[in-house]
Amino acid sequence: MASKHLGALAALAAGTLALSACGAGSSGSGGGAATGDGGGGNTVKVGIKFDQPGMGLKSGDQYTGFDVAVATYVAKELGKTPQFSEAPTPQRETLIKTGQVDYIVGTYSINDKRKQEISFAGPYFVADQDLLIRSDDASITGPDKLTGKKLCSVKGSTPAQKIKEKYPQVQLQEYDTYSKCVEELVNGTVDALTTDNTILAGYASQPQYKGQLKLVEKPVSDGRENYGVGLKKGDTAMCQKITDALTKMISSGEWQKAVDANLGPAGFTPGEGNPPKPAACS
Amino acid sequence: MGEVFANYDVFGAFFMTIRLAVLSAIGSLLLGTVLAVFRMSPVGLVRGIGAAYVNVVRNTPLTLITVFTMLGAHSNLGIRVADPASPTSVVDTAFRWGVIALTVYHAAFVCEALRSGVNTVPVGQAEAARSIGLTFAQNLRHVILPQAFRGAIVPLGNTLIALTKNTTVVAVIGVAEIAYLTAEVMENDPGLIVWLFLVVALGFVVLTLPVGLATTHFGRKLAVAR
Repeated sequence: MASKHLGALAALAAGTLALSACGAGSSGSGGGAATGDGGGGNTVKVGIKFDQPGMGLKSGDQYTGFDVAVATYVAKELGKTPQFSEAPTPQRETLIKTGQVDYIVGTYSINDKRKQEISFAGPYFVADQDLLIRSDDASITGPDKLTGKKLCSVKGSTPAQKIKEKYPQVQLQEYDTYSKCVEELVNGTVDALTTDNTILAGYASQPQYKGQLKLVEKPVSDGRENYGVGLKKGDTAMCQKITDALTKMISSGEWQKAVDANLGPAGFTPGEGNPPKPAACS
Repeated sequence: MGEVFANYDVFGAFFMTIRLAVLSAIGSLLLGTVLAVFRMSPVGLVRGIGAAYVNVVRNTPLTLITVFTMLGAHSNLGIRVADPASPTSVVDTAFRWGVIALTVYHAAFVCEALRSGVNTVPVGQAEAARSIGLTFAQNLRHVILPQAFRGAIVPLGNTLIALTKNTTVVAVIGVAEIAYLTAEVMENDPGLIVWLFLVVALGFVVLTLPVGLATTHFGRKLAVAR
């Protein structure tokens, strides 16, 4: 009995130690990088998506995707090493506001409501809402051929809301992740997956779906998604540096290379308005 | 807070939560009672089935069960719970599988709550009932279960409260309840997140607090005096 109690106590103590060590570590690096200028620390904390092939994907300890390439390029221009962490959609603003990340590159669309919470640099990419279908499906040639079809998207996402608004006669299945939608598309339960064409191209490029899926390449809604780099509200110095880095990335041809390498395998070419001209910081 | 109510259908979303909770509460009460009878059965094999169900389902995450109903049962096994030709088949399918998932999961807890109620009935009563010639079914129907339900009101209430809150899990298959609305608000209005959390928390207090109070009250009032 006594030894059992001792064991529990030891475990508790170890846990507390681990916790405190963790806290100290993160607050230390936070102090270094949050200042945002070249002098403080040589790592920069970057939020990316971990689950979007072609854009931001973590496999093992490797990070791949177009967003990752942009994030890495920006970090290099800032003279720092990027330290990646996951920035899931519902937490992005909070992560920036609390300084847990210095900037986020993760299919983050610039819009006015978000601008009230944080600031954006960019855009660095312009995405259209598109459809991903099975390669052998000839019946869907554009958004006007959707009547009677079943679509899939992520619950609550902008593309899902737009579909419900513009095509009320179309049935929409919603899941919490795109990978479930891709699964349903491949097994034939739904007829198309709809969201930003970048994300679709990423899934179509995955080796396990090679040749099975294709993009329709006709914009579903007129609203464009301008991807920006999210950062702390009002940090114009940081915003300017990131904007310069993005401009340089586009003009040097690195941008095109990153697009080809990450989204090219599915035969995807960026739509109208690409490459964009990053807007001035305010 | 007014902005949350003005721009989003909070009541509609909570109504969906209530629909899910009521239907799966009824379903899990029925299935749970059957399971509890299984677990008290004099036949060893039937007892084993009841015990296996409870131990497997109780230890499986609800999210996994929910996702399995759609990706496994619906898509791969082709089990249809709604007419595929109907114009609302996708929404109906997700809702019905959501109810089924919640029912299947909580039946295990209802079963255990009922068994705890059965334990409040002195064993002498079952023996007495048997000695006057009642069969196993008559024994359950007239002697054990009426007392067991009255003894199990509080644990059954706890299960109902847990079920109400667990309805948020079925948002993963796209049922438009309150967690689904939360995802929508976070996407469109990141500035409203704190208010939304307050509204959702308050909504669940409104839904579950009366259940807790009622079960405590009736648990005392209806307790079998011995």
